[in-house]
Amino acid sequence: MAETVLETHGLTMRFGGVTASDNVNFSLKARELRCLIGPNGAGKSTFFKCVTGLLTPTEGQVFMRGQDVTGWQPHQIASLGVGIKTQTPNVMDALSVHENIWLSARRFHDAAEAKARTDTIIDRLALGGIARTELGQLAHGERQRVELGLVAVADPWLVLLDEPAAGMSAQDVDRMTEIIHELTRSAAVVIVEHDMQFIRSIAETVTVFHQGAVLMEDHVDHVMSDPTVRAVYLGKKA
Amino acid sequence: MDLSFVIAVEVLYAVASLVLISAGLAVVFGMMKVINLAHGEFMMLGGYTTITAVGLGVNVFIAMLVIAPLVVGLIGLIVERLVIRHLYGRLVDTMLATWGLSLVFIGLATMIFGNTTTGISTPIPGFAVGDYQISGYNFFIIVVAVVLVIAMLAVLRGTRAGLIARGTMQRADMAAALGYSPDRIYMATFFCGSALSGLAGAVLAPLVGLVPTSGGAYIAKAFITVIAGGPSLIAGLLSSATSFGVVNQVFTFAISPVIGEVALLVAAVILLRLMPQGITGRFFKGKL
Amino acid sequence: MERSLGKDITATLIVSALLIWLLPMMVATYTLTVLVIYGMLGLSLGLIWGFGGILCFGQAAFFGLGAYTYAIAAINFGESTVPMLLAVLVPLIFAAVLGALMFYGRLTDVYLGVITLVVTLILFKFVNSTAGPQYVIGNARLGGYNGIPGFQTLNVPGNPDAYIWGDPYFYFCAVTLVIVFLLVTWLLRSSFGRVAIGIRENETRMALMGYDVAARKTVLFAIGAAIAGLAGALFANWGEIVTPGLFSLGQSAEIIIWCIVGGLGTRLGPILGAAGLAYLKFMLGQQSLIDNTLITGLILVLFVLFLPKGLVPAVAAPWKASFGRARRRPHARQRRKARHG
Repeated sequence: MAETVLETHGLTMRFGGVTASDNVNFSLKARELRCLIGPNGAGKSTFFKCVTGLLTPTEGQVFMRGQDVTGWQPHQIASLGVGIKTQTPNVMDALSVHENIWLSARRFHDAAEAKARTDTIIDRLALGGIARTELGQLAHGERQRVELGLVAVADPWLVLLDEPAAGMSAQDVDRMTEIIHELTRSAAVVIVEHDMQFIRSIAETVTVFHQGAVLMEDHVDHVMSDPTVRAVYLGKKA
Repeated sequence: MDLSFVIAVEVLYAVASLVLISAGLAVVFGMMKVINLAHGEFMMLGGYTTITAVGLGVNVFIAMLVIAPLVVGLIGLIVERLVIRHLYGRLVDTMLATWGLSLVFIGLATMIFGNTTTGISTPIPGFAVGDYQISGYNFFIIVVAVVLVIAMLAVLRGTRAGLIARGTMQRADMAAALGYSPDRIYMATFFCGSALSGLAGAVLAPLVGLVPTSGGAYIAKAFITVIAGGPSLIAGLLSSATSFGVVNQVFTFAISPVIGEVALLVAAVILLRLMPQGITGRFFKGKL
Repeated sequence: MERSLGKDITATLIVSALLIWLLPMMVATYTLTVLVIYGMLGLSLGLIWGFGGILCFGQAAFFGLGAYTYAIAAINFGESTVPMLLAVLVPLIFAAVLGALMFYGRLTDVYLGVITLVVTLILFKFVNSTAGPQYVIGNARLGGYNGIPGFQTLNVPGNPDAYIWGDPYFYFCAVTLVIVFLLVTWLLRSSFGRVAIGIRENETRMALMGYDVAARKTVLFAIGAAIAGLAGALFANWGEIVTPGLFSLGQSAEIIIWCIVGGLGTRLGPILGAAGLAYLKFMLGQQSLIDNTLITGLILVLFVLFLPKGLVPAVAAPWKASFGRARRRPHARQRRKARHG
């Protein structure tokens, strides 16, 4: 029986009169890979922000490895060993790839160890050729990869990714899939995603959000063939 | 009884002068998200314009209410064309450049008018309320501030230009996409803002001895009032001017004028710590 | 790619030794001393603004606080060693409290500017109003707008009668500046400095990596204030009087101008900007054709418009700190905003 690494109880977030996240009960086991899907405005991103500390939920609680982290600051949550990637690339543009990743590694290790780990990750993600290039000069796909790199280098046991495949080329997505699979060897991974292609290729269990609440939670194949899901989400797209 | 009347007038006057001091800066900040740190010097120039015009034989009220705003507005227009328009969207850079401009104006004024105090006498006599002497000119300031606020409301609410202005305040990019040239809106805004600064400087000139560095006394207060007011132009201006004016006067009466000034500044720090988006960032949302 | 710390130190020592030897042959040491002090003051803002992204409109507050602390303590102790230490500690603690108040409140940009500006004004107004005899700290009268004259100036530690003044005082200040410069160099190369630069570039990302951004900014802010306080104490010794003008907004403005003209994101830029502009002002002060303030203002406007990165990055790339490219904070912010929007 694997340990539960992330759990929410009745998580609710209201903005004025709008309930963006409605009584969400969610639970994730160690080394599980979970995709959160749903149409625009379904509350995926709000849920993500509440879990990562970017927003404080109106009601309900968030637990990580049994620890109540409701209302914690993002840096406190990250310090537990949680890797977070936001929707838009959030990187240090004027710093090089190496420096970006090193800063992440340095948070948990001394300078020498951080450098060694940085070099390893750069090799693993095939970023060697651009290691000394400033992030501001890189293409979108590369920046996304660097951001995954700086999440991975910290050896997290829980990884939260908001739309990692957005705006990437097919080749970039393949590489991203590989990296994520590698991450699941040691960490539970939550992916908020739009791209159905990407979800089919990577997901096992999928949680579907609709109007702020969890609509269903099942294996990806069942979800894809479910008529309700198709109606609220896929149906609109087709 | 007399004392409470006097205090009430003093508080009103404090609020009114804060509104006057800050109006020009608020218009420019609200519309263009530009902090004009040369605002105080615009006021100083308004004062000098008035004194010069009066010296040339112009009626003092015409000098204050017409000539000074026009002259300073034109100076503002030149400044906008030469400097500010190159820096739109770069908040800190505009602050620095206008700070530089303020020094330039101080230097120019020193070279032209000399580093001595000049002034004109208040054109309205004072009167007594019981045992207390009240300056009649304070009433004039209050009236000017009230008329100014009403005029601003009327323009923003009732005219086509006001509608465009409100649109620009909300979403400058959308106003531009609808075909309103941001360049011309910004020019007009900066002219109006500068004219308001000139007006404030002119109206307040009889109350202070004017030196080229007079602007420094205004800019900090105006800056604080506008930032603490937050995103809504008029509601922000009124709410923060009222808060600070009352705090200032209460402490001035209770302790001393210096403590009154310090209390105003401390209130500003506390206010911004509690409401980082300004008063109207939290209350009165969506008001003008 | 990164030049080793050893090489950097050697180069700094050689160049500064040459300057300390050569400059007194060209300019009077009395003038040079104040240039060195201004250089240190410029460096203090250059550190927190250029490398930490914290734009402080009130760096003069810490400068004045250091100077006043020194003067008051020197009158009370009758020697200079403890007062020098206090002149560093008091601004450090003051800035730590102020910084914590601001950074834990997540204030940024303009709001940070307003608060630092207001605090400077409060100090200025308060000190200005302390002319009365009731404003006394120990044996020292605050003196209001007249300032505090006649305090014990720098002496050899343990020997209050052995004053350090004139040429030796210049060498003392110059060596102190070199030491501070090397400490700043070391700080920027340390993990703390690199994290600070990371925070300048992207606060959210650094927080998501697990760094306590508010705490780190507070510490950096306090270090900057300590350096400004030290400069203030040195200035008090040089001028032999402290006045409220040290706290003035004009003084704060000048520090900002030095940093812009010299170049943000460099260690040397603010020092050269400070010394250069102060010397220019000194030269201009000897003519009366054009007003001094006008020229200072014009320089600021022209630099913001045409050379916003400052002189040093434009002229001497090798002197740049090797970690990160010099860039003013708001630009990075706008790009982020554009992407988020």
